[in-house]
Amino acid sequence: MNFNWLHRYASPMNFYSWSLVATRWLGTVSAILFAVGLTGGLVYAPPDYQQGESFRIIYVHVPSAWMSLFIYMVMVSAGTLGLVWHVKLGDMIARASAPLGAWFTFLALATGSLWGKPMWGTYWVWDARLTSELILLFLYLGYIALQGAIEDRRIAARAGAILALVGTVNIPIIHYSVEWWNTLHQGPTITKFDSPSIDTSMLIPLLLMGLAYIFYFCTIVLIRTRCEILEFERNKTWVKQRALEMESV
Amino acid sequence: MLTSVKTALTAVIMRDLRRSVRRSQDFVQPLLFFVIVIALFGLAVGPDKEVFQEIAPAGVWIAILLATTINLDRMFLSDYQDGTIELMILSPTPLSALVGAKISAHWLANACPQILMAVILGAILGLKIDVLSALGLSLLLGSPVLSLVGAVASALTVGLRGGALLLSLIILPLYMPTLIFGMAAVTNAALGLSIEAELFFLGGLAFLSATLAPLGAAAALRIRLAAT
Repeated sequence: MNFNWLHRYASPMNFYSWSLVATRWLGTVSAILFAVGLTGGLVYAPPDYQQGESFRIIYVHVPSAWMSLFIYMVMVSAGTLGLVWHVKLGDMIARASAPLGAWFTFLALATGSLWGKPMWGTYWVWDARLTSELILLFLYLGYIALQGAIEDRRIAARAGAILALVGTVNIPIIHYSVEWWNTLHQGPTITKFDSPSIDTSMLIPLLLMGLAYIFYFCTIVLIRTRCEILEFERNKTWVKQRALEMESV
Repeated sequence: MLTSVKTALTAVIMRDLRRSVRRSQDFVQPLLFFVIVIALFGLAVGPDKEVFQEIAPAGVWIAILLATTINLDRMFLSDYQDGTIELMILSPTPLSALVGAKISAHWLANACPQILMAVILGAILGLKIDVLSALGLSLLLGSPVLSLVGAVASALTVGLRGGALLLSLIILPLYMPTLIFGMAAVTNAALGLSIEAELFFLGGLAFLSATLAPLGAAAALRIRLAAT
């Protein structure tokens, strides 16, 4: 297979240029999706027959939980690209994703906890899904701590990639925890596409919100990656040139 | 070739074992730590015997996680500092095999006494024989996973400032699956249910980590050494 195209787009300098354009588009799409998804979810979707209006937090909670797993997989894949194929951009994307993943995990935990109070009568239970999601937060924080402890960025990125790879064992546990252990957290209502146990009028805004989150993540991760690139390549000529251009503007 | 690998591995294992026998604090201290944690756990729970019997296995599992973790940073430290790891990288024997030998030696010197101690303590504390055997078996299958996965984290953080604390931060979340299945076995035994499934799971985890962790730890050591 010929990977030249990949190397062309993944070289930090080219990436910097095309991601500037891409960020704008992705950001716009994300904003539109957020607007449509939120109106759909908060205004047009009917109240739940059991949970009433308070089920609407699902439109923040569930996409955050999806993102917490999705970003971990992005981090692992990008880290592996850097570790195995020495794609520098992979290292940077992995490093840029970690804090985002940690925040989405935190958001999922926090909104879940707020949702839990009126529904289950408690902010927190030591339920399999909640605990494993909390562990995922610790995985992210451990990754960030390791990155912070190693000064050389190259080495930090490769060490982080190994840690992230080892941590993937927990991803299936989190994903299947609601099916393996019958506890307080409800089972999946979305993933069984043949017969989803959620009404279409509620499902569509949820999927839109999921997409909005993904686009939001892509936007922010591109911006963060650009910062990583500038820091990492600060001694390269093209970075200096760009800085001079910015100054003159 | 094969015999030379075998000799090298035996030499590494014997060297590490001999070293921990001669510097006995290396394995006595974690063992003491393990016992103290269990004793404090007993104090915290109070004298109610039934409650204690119910949650003692959980205390033992937590104690073994902590005892493994505090000892992990020593796994590669002295070899990293005196350059032995560099020689291991240069040697014709694959680094992952040598690292595997080091992990086995670490497990033999540290986890084995702790498991033995856990079973003895469990017997003294009057755990039922089913629970006790489930605890012993789950520890026997689970502790290799702890040492193996811990080796990767240990290799990643070797020689870092504040490495020991960082190591516990990154390793404890990774111990979640082992803890879940280990405790599930004990809980099932206490309820009089079969524990086979959990033990098979733990065994599977042990084999999985035995095949992959030495490779990961070796890669991590190479990365760490490239730093210096």
